[in-house]
Amino acid sequence: MPIPEIGYGATVTALVLALYGSFAAAVGAWTGRPGLGRSSERAAIGVWVLITCGMLLMVYAFLTFDFSVRYVANNTNRGTPFYYRITALWGALEGSIILWAWMLSLYTLIVVVQYRRRHSVFYPWVVAVLLGVLAFFLLVMTIPAPPFQRLAPVPPDGRGLNPLLEDSGMITHPLALYLGFTGFTVPFAFAIAALVTGRIGDEWITITRRWTIVAWYFLSLGLLIGGWWSYHVLGWGGYWAWDPVENAAFMPWLTGTALLHSVMVQERRRMLKLWNLGLIILTFGLTLFGTFLTRSGIIGSVHAFTQGAVGQFFLGFLAVVLLGSFSLLAWRLEQLRAQGELDSVLSRESAFLLNNLFLVAAAFTVFFGTVFPLLSEALRGVKVSVGAPFFNLVNIPIFLGLLLLMGVGPLIAWRRASAENLKRNFVKPVLAGIVAAALLRLGGVGNVLVLTCMGLVVFVTGTMVLDFWRAARARRRSGDGWRAATVGLLMRQNRRYGGFIVHLGVLVIALGVAGSQAWSVQTEATLERGQAVELAGYKVRFDTLRASEESNHFKVTGTFTVSNGQEALTRLYPAKKFYPQEQTPIAYVDYRLGVLEDLYLVLGDFGRDGSYATVKVQVNRMVSWLWLGGLVLTLGTLVAILPDRRRVG
Amino acid sequence: MSARPRWFRWAIPLAAVPVLLLLAYGFRTNPRDIPSPLIGRPAAPFALETFDGPRIALEELRGRVVVVNFWASWCYPACYEEAPALERGWQTYKDRGLVMVGINVQDKDEPARRFLAQFGHTFPNARDPAGRVSVDFGVYGVPETFFIDRAGRVRYKHVGAVTDAVLKRHVDTLLAERG
Repeated sequence: MPIPEIGYGATVTALVLALYGSFAAAVGAWTGRPGLGRSSERAAIGVWVLITCGMLLMVYAFLTFDFSVRYVANNTNRGTPFYYRITALWGALEGSIILWAWMLSLYTLIVVVQYRRRHSVFYPWVVAVLLGVLAFFLLVMTIPAPPFQRLAPVPPDGRGLNPLLEDSGMITHPLALYLGFTGFTVPFAFAIAALVTGRIGDEWITITRRWTIVAWYFLSLGLLIGGWWSYHVLGWGGYWAWDPVENAAFMPWLTGTALLHSVMVQERRRMLKLWNLGLIILTFGLTLFGTFLTRSGIIGSVHAFTQGAVGQFFLGFLAVVLLGSFSLLAWRLEQLRAQGELDSVLSRESAFLLNNLFLVAAAFTVFFGTVFPLLSEALRGVKVSVGAPFFNLVNIPIFLGLLLLMGVGPLIAWRRASAENLKRNFVKPVLAGIVAAALLRLGGVGNVLVLTCMGLVVFVTGTMVLDFWRAARARRRSGDGWRAATVGLLMRQNRRYGGFIVHLGVLVIALGVAGSQAWSVQTEATLERGQAVELAGYKVRFDTLRASEESNHFKVTGTFTVSNGQEALTRLYPAKKFYPQEQTPIAYVDYRLGVLEDLYLVLGDFGRDGSYATVKVQVNRMVSWLWLGGLVLTLGTLVAILPDRRRVG
Repeated sequence: MSARPRWFRWAIPLAAVPVLLLLAYGFRTNPRDIPSPLIGRPAAPFALETFDGPRIALEELRGRVVVVNFWASWCYPACYEEAPALERGWQTYKDRGLVMVGINVQDKDEPARRFLAQFGHTFPNARDPAGRVSVDFGVYGVPETFFIDRAGRVRYKHVGAVTDAVLKRHVDTLLAERG
């Protein structure tokens, strides 16, 4: 079957349809001709069908080892296991764009289905923007990075997938991340629709609240899974390295988080209209910037895809988006004046403003640090990277400040907090935080940052518990049982308490970060058979080494028995994998996960006769809290996006 | 806000311009362009067994211009793209004092031989079974090609598939030097 030609044909057709649909929706809205609008809807559906077919076609090519498709030949070989032949779809640049475009077309379809008969003023413009963005991605799939390209002559076998990507994390990480990235396109499209139509009230914010939360959630999940992948695949025992590509995903997360909070100020106090529109434009711009960064090759990174003309396309589109959207903003500036004013520094709106300031400052420093090599080369001709110390130095104080605000914001009164409000809500939690920090200090924790972080976590938890308990008690007085009172509260005030649960998840993650940074220990030892190394109460004994030929690589596996001195706890099998297409072997980490600590083994050098092996032993403390925090975050997000019952009931 | 002139608002979109310019500047640089520390230094000596049998040693080629190409049969498509150019270069320059050596890295015997047969390579190709020579030359990925002058010094390093033009440029320069 001529898969490359059919696939390419579908791509070009989809591009033409998307361009037409975008144009038709805009003209239809401008001239008030509903026929054009309906035609653009059909175009949107057609685009989704075509991209879906294209994607399935590619999956089929992967499953049948159709090496006449260049992308398949580059990313699989006959040894690639079944699952990874499906995920190889997004294993490299061209395929990742298919996935991206497909998700965006799916979101567009949902928008069409959901809003077809509602929000008639915004709707056509939203469709126009979504299809316009889609057209760009389809253009990328047509000219600079076509996934459907014929390879002649057809090679007998392919090159194979990047071995680091042969991991379960690679199945879910890109999916979550891209759902997050593309998800922000919908609120962006509504914001542009608001600017174009001049209806720049709260409407676009109310409509897109859930979209923003969902996009934010998937982005958070993508970041966490990425951390998990880095932790258990890369074998350095960490989960975050301030790598440019991690930063690229983190920046829109920061501005997206800021947006989630600042929209509440606009809803309640009619302030920050300009700021909110600016934030969503910035967030969307940063998702594009992230794609640009990973695909242009302008900054070196472990994650970067290959470079090519695709970078110029992305930069051009980024320029159109930023200049176009900000010009619209400038054009509507008169209407964007705030109606409310800041009454007092001691108020919820000022806490939210500060929160936004911190988040945007963090995004700015991350941006600055990421492009610093470029900046220094442009200005001084020297290539210098700032690295993790810079990011940590600047960001840790900001994040501690954000933790503090997380306790203050939800409980302080709007407009002007009275002494009574402050006393009632904050005295006990502040005391609890101080006591907790003091107890930890007495318990031997010397690190000031860790003490501050833990004290703040206790303080914030205190504020939330206090608030929830008071609210539940009030409901109980009106006759509910405890269970009815708490569940009812979660359901009826789901925005507030869903937010609380999300905050709780962030606190758990914060504890994991602080604990793992402060208390993890590691050692490295070269062991002969039967010899053991001890670390933090664990005794790790080297038993044997064995070699095996796997479907697409050669593997050397060590067997290590772990005991706590008296009894054997487990056996661990760290390995080294040798892929023919890679110069250096890939470490395969083995570990024993626990709530408080993980034991983590990485095989290093070894004797060819199996007589000795070097092993890196790490006891990583509280890293699991990051993943637990992710679960809590999921729960909170679910509660927060439940249909709002207050308006109905 | 009202005190400011009306044109001031356009500062909002204009603020994005310097950032975009900086990113555009990024295209002029190459972050992977790490200069090889070996340039200008004597090439590490090696003595390897060729696929046809006889050994080939760099030491014995002193006084001649040597092109050392690192390749593998699984290196698709770059090694396949450059293979015909290498053979053409060899045919053009072999009578003018050039020696071309292919070094096969991280490969298996059978597919490597099939690769050589497919392209009909007539210049010597050797195996580097332990990867020692690739390490000595600081090979980062295949294909990489090193140009060694008559005095035995590494003069150029080419990363990725070589073309006729690349071969011609470097080989002509080195051949023109009288050792």
